[in-house]
Amino acid sequence: MAASAEGVTGARLSRLSVALWRRPWARATLMLTPALAWFVLIYLAALAVLLITAFWEINPFTTNIERIWNLSNFTEIFGNSAYRDIIFRTVGMAAGVTVVDAIVAFPFAYYMARLATPRMRTVLYVAILLPLWASYLARVYAWLLIFTHDGILNWTLGKIGLPSVNLIYTNKAVFIVFCYVWLPFMVLPVFAALDRIPPTLIEASQDLGARTWRTLRSVIVPFVLPGLVAGSIFTFSLTLGDFITPILVGGTGSYFIGNVIQGNVGIANNVPFAAAMAMVPVTIMAAYLLFARALGAFKAL
Amino acid sequence: MIGRKALGRMTPSAAILAVIALIAAGCGSSTASPSGTGSTPAGGVPTANLPVLKTIGKGEGALNLIAWEGYLQPEWVDPFEKQTGCQVHATYAGTSDEMVSLMKNGGGGIYDMVSSSGDADLRIIYAGDAHPVNISLIPSWKEFFPAFQSPAFNTVDGVHYGVSLQWGPNVLMYNEKDFPTPPTSWSVIYNPKYKGQVTIPDNPIQIADAAVYLKYHDPALGITDPYEMTQPQFQASVSLLAKEAPLVKKYWDLASQEISEFKNGDATVGAGWPYQVSALKGIHFPIGSVIPKEGATGWADTWMLAAKAPHPNCAYMWMRYISTPQVQAEQAVNYGETPDNSLACGYMNKIQAGSCDQYHANAPLSYFKAIELWKTPVATCDNGKPDCVPYSEWESAWITQVVG
Repeated sequence: MAASAEGVTGARLSRLSVALWRRPWARATLMLTPALAWFVLIYLAALAVLLITAFWEINPFTTNIERIWNLSNFTEIFGNSAYRDIIFRTVGMAAGVTVVDAIVAFPFAYYMARLATPRMRTVLYVAILLPLWASYLARVYAWLLIFTHDGILNWTLGKIGLPSVNLIYTNKAVFIVFCYVWLPFMVLPVFAALDRIPPTLIEASQDLGARTWRTLRSVIVPFVLPGLVAGSIFTFSLTLGDFITPILVGGTGSYFIGNVIQGNVGIANNVPFAAAMAMVPVTIMAAYLLFARALGAFKAL
Repeated sequence: MIGRKALGRMTPSAAILAVIALIAAGCGSSTASPSGTGSTPAGGVPTANLPVLKTIGKGEGALNLIAWEGYLQPEWVDPFEKQTGCQVHATYAGTSDEMVSLMKNGGGGIYDMVSSSGDADLRIIYAGDAHPVNISLIPSWKEFFPAFQSPAFNTVDGVHYGVSLQWGPNVLMYNEKDFPTPPTSWSVIYNPKYKGQVTIPDNPIQIADAAVYLKYHDPALGITDPYEMTQPQFQASVSLLAKEAPLVKKYWDLASQEISEFKNGDATVGAGWPYQVSALKGIHFPIGSVIPKEGATGWADTWMLAAKAPHPNCAYMWMRYISTPQVQAEQAVNYGETPDNSLACGYMNKIQAGSCDQYHANAPLSYFKAIELWKTPVATCDNGKPDCVPYSEWESAWITQVVG
């Protein structure tokens, strides 16, 4: 009985697969609809609502939204030097983190892709992925314990007779933690790009008399660039929107775009202003993606 | 392939700019926003006529509360859960603004009550997020000091929107090791000598703390009420805080952050609540606290009922329970604040000898006047003139001139 039931199901499944194979459009619709619906409904619709809200305002006393069309949120953001400073500080932080992560990630990924034994490569791969399995908060709190006045770092420095450093609740601490938490997102695409370079190309380059530097410049870098740009999209956009790390390890002057948005949504309940502020990173990322496309970052996809 | 094609067609920034331009063009005419914002809306309280509960029915089994840290300790929450079967789910908020915001979450159908302070209550009430309360269902309310039975911050036109809870001061905290002689003035947190060791709350209402200091030290400014300031008085307070900013180690968001700052040696002096003091004393940390000679700001809290409270019966059981002198005494001693119930004094001394005097539970009226209780700054001053700086400007000045 069981065997024949299985046979019937099997026959139905194979009939379905034949039907789908005959109609490529049905196959495509079936596979893409959930993802596309998700994208359109959740992502684009949310973005549109965000954009509209940015042109409203709130009653400052009750914080209820008042649907009066105006540009006051945008004039406040661009007219007030404090918000301009916050935007520049955020973009500067995102750019700095991206550059440092790229510099740290490249040799690491190069070693992983071209020099390490298969066994070593697996170990390194796990080492890069392992932190991603732990909660983001746990990792940031770990840095809090390291940096704090009586923390591990100062304890160690004291043991070896060095003066203590004052890192916690500064933007330096925010910078270091950002570089640490987003590093895997840079290493993986760079590794993927390096891994894809055919060894024959490097041999050919050497056969034609190119030295290490020349090979790096003319063969490896053009191949890795899309990977670097892809990685930089992650590190840049993740830093641009983060507000938790500045709250936990940042101090005075650690207000970033994310903190302004979080403060206005979660605390002041000024959703229209938060929406207007959120348009800033969206616009910056859109420009960045166009720039990345021009550099060919999406050819590697 | 799909990604590339889609990207090629979309050019997101161009699309966004086009939409912005369209919308901007469409609303160019209807710009000016209505003025008069910042004072209580003329329409009255939207929820004033909602029917109140006549009798307390069977509990719903759950109670979702928004509270200050330290207000839902197991010492008095556990017995309540056992008595009523209402499981308490706590959400902690760090500022009054956050409480106003949380009460709106999900259209207001998530939380039952909030332990908000006098500066947030009217904002919640006029936003239509609070529900009228039948005060006759709360017997202990009759034992409250008259000032807290129907205070203007939680009772509008004779309608109660919650039941008063406790009140107390914001204190100057210091590490006794670093301050062998206890400080007597707020001047220590403005003193460059303590650069990088100061911690104060990340809360716009701190501008009032600066005003309390200036009221004492700069009488020429003529500050009478730290929550009703003219533009020059307000600017003077904000500049004092802006000058203080380089000395500040961190503007703390949660009480637990301030506790760990003191514990880890990152801060040695700052402004805080009695809760942090008793928490640090609980782990035998050498923390000291004082109400300095300039006076202090403070709060008077209320358990407010949410307009769409999903568990109203449990909420009433909670109001009954939290108002009784025994529970009032328990919370007052645990947190270090003054109970609103006049009979709590005796119970406080039973829990901890001398605590009734220590937390001023027997002399509230004289002591009451030394503390400037938080209230919402509105554009219309008490004298009726529209010269005062409304709270929305406090918020933007805090971000743009102090912490940003």
